[in-house]
Amino acid sequence: MTTIAVAETPLVLALLRLADTCLVHSHRLAEWCGHAPMIEEDLALANLALDLLGQARALYAYAAEVEGRGRTEDDLAYLRDAPQFRNLLIAELPRGDFAFTILRVFLLSAHAHPFWQATVRSTDARLAAIAAKAEKEAAYHLRHSGEWTVRLGDGTEESRRRVLAAIDALWPYTGELFELDEVDRTLLADGVLPDPAAIRPAWEATVARVFGEALLPRPADGWLQTGGRCGRHTEHLGHLLAVMQHLQRAYPGLSW
Amino acid sequence: METIERPKTSAGAATDAMAVLAAARAAAATVVDPEIPTISITDLGVLRDVRLGADGVVEIDITPTYFGCPAMRLIALEVEAAVERAGLGRPRVQLVLAPAWTTDWITDEGRAALLAAGIAPPPPAASRRSLFSEGAAVKCPRCGSLDTETISEFGSTACKALHRCRACSEPFHAFKCL
Repeated sequence: MTTIAVAETPLVLALLRLADTCLVHSHRLAEWCGHAPMIEEDLALANLALDLLGQARALYAYAAEVEGRGRTEDDLAYLRDAPQFRNLLIAELPRGDFAFTILRVFLLSAHAHPFWQATVRSTDARLAAIAAKAEKEAAYHLRHSGEWTVRLGDGTEESRRRVLAAIDALWPYTGELFELDEVDRTLLADGVLPDPAAIRPAWEATVARVFGEALLPRPADGWLQTGGRCGRHTEHLGHLLAVMQHLQRAYPGLSW
Repeated sequence: METIERPKTSAGAATDAMAVLAAARAAAATVVDPEIPTISITDLGVLRDVRLGADGVVEIDITPTYFGCPAMRLIALEVEAAVERAGLGRPRVQLVLAPAWTTDWITDEGRAALLAAGIAPPPPAASRRSLFSEGAAVKCPRCGSLDTETISEFGSTACKALHRCRACSEPFHAFKCL
């Protein structure tokens, strides 16, 4: 079985963290295709997945170029094992019910929207160009998931119970959104990535506004899980990759 | 037998280059969006640039509307084929991201083509609504009424949303404002 070892310079690692989060979240959303509670939502979740997949592809293609070893976006997506994935843990958790799925999109896109907006001013022209497109897509994701969060929170007893359970399950994974390690500091100093501390107020404001309208409590932060960005994952990622990478693992180099 | 090659004057070469460029532009402009075949990629604003490389090869820039748009690969292939069919050789087609495509890149002809296909054209991007506010009313492409509602912000392709007209009761697609 082929597994590649990527030379993770700070920029390559940062790109992989972004790309892996997009790809893994995209995969979780795509699992809903054909299973959503109504046709409009089936289309919506598949569209969100497609946007995230497109963002992941642009980021992987750039990471492969920066690495400069002749690899492609496909190599990065299909030929790394779970410990080499750098995605946020929140993205890999099993898809759960509809409330869980929606709330995860909301918490992630409430971060992605201001993150990409700020990254439009990156000193890295290619990343800035990717951000300029991703920012517009993130706005749609945030609006869609935000409106649903309100509907579920201020909906029926059942929908409220489910979204409250989703908050409990997801909240400990939100700390990773704002982590800052040595790699981040290097890129922050070079003006490549924005400061997570500068993104946080926008995220908090969106959460406060939507949760307020949805009559949902914002939990205290308490203990927050970490590890995904360094390759320490939940048991769930391996299973996801087994499905996602199956074809390339079974038939290496296969193309359509 | 000796062949005598007529020396090309620089003015002649420039005219040739301009003719090639014009033919390449015309060829590329015949390509339509595979999802909305009534609109050309020129009118959609997807075709960004057609030029001649230093080696005389036609170079074409296209830009994606949405990152995940599955039509981009097909559009790139069709542009290649169109230029080759016009006898201009195989062009170099590349995907450019900056400046980011917005719905403002759609030309007036493109907007008319969308409307004719029953798809409400997007409002100007400047009117892009703030995050959770109500958007401007979308005009029904069938009866022109402004009394319409959104069914879903996500439709059959990445670039379209689903709406319904309360006046004529017809559902319709609207191009999403980006």
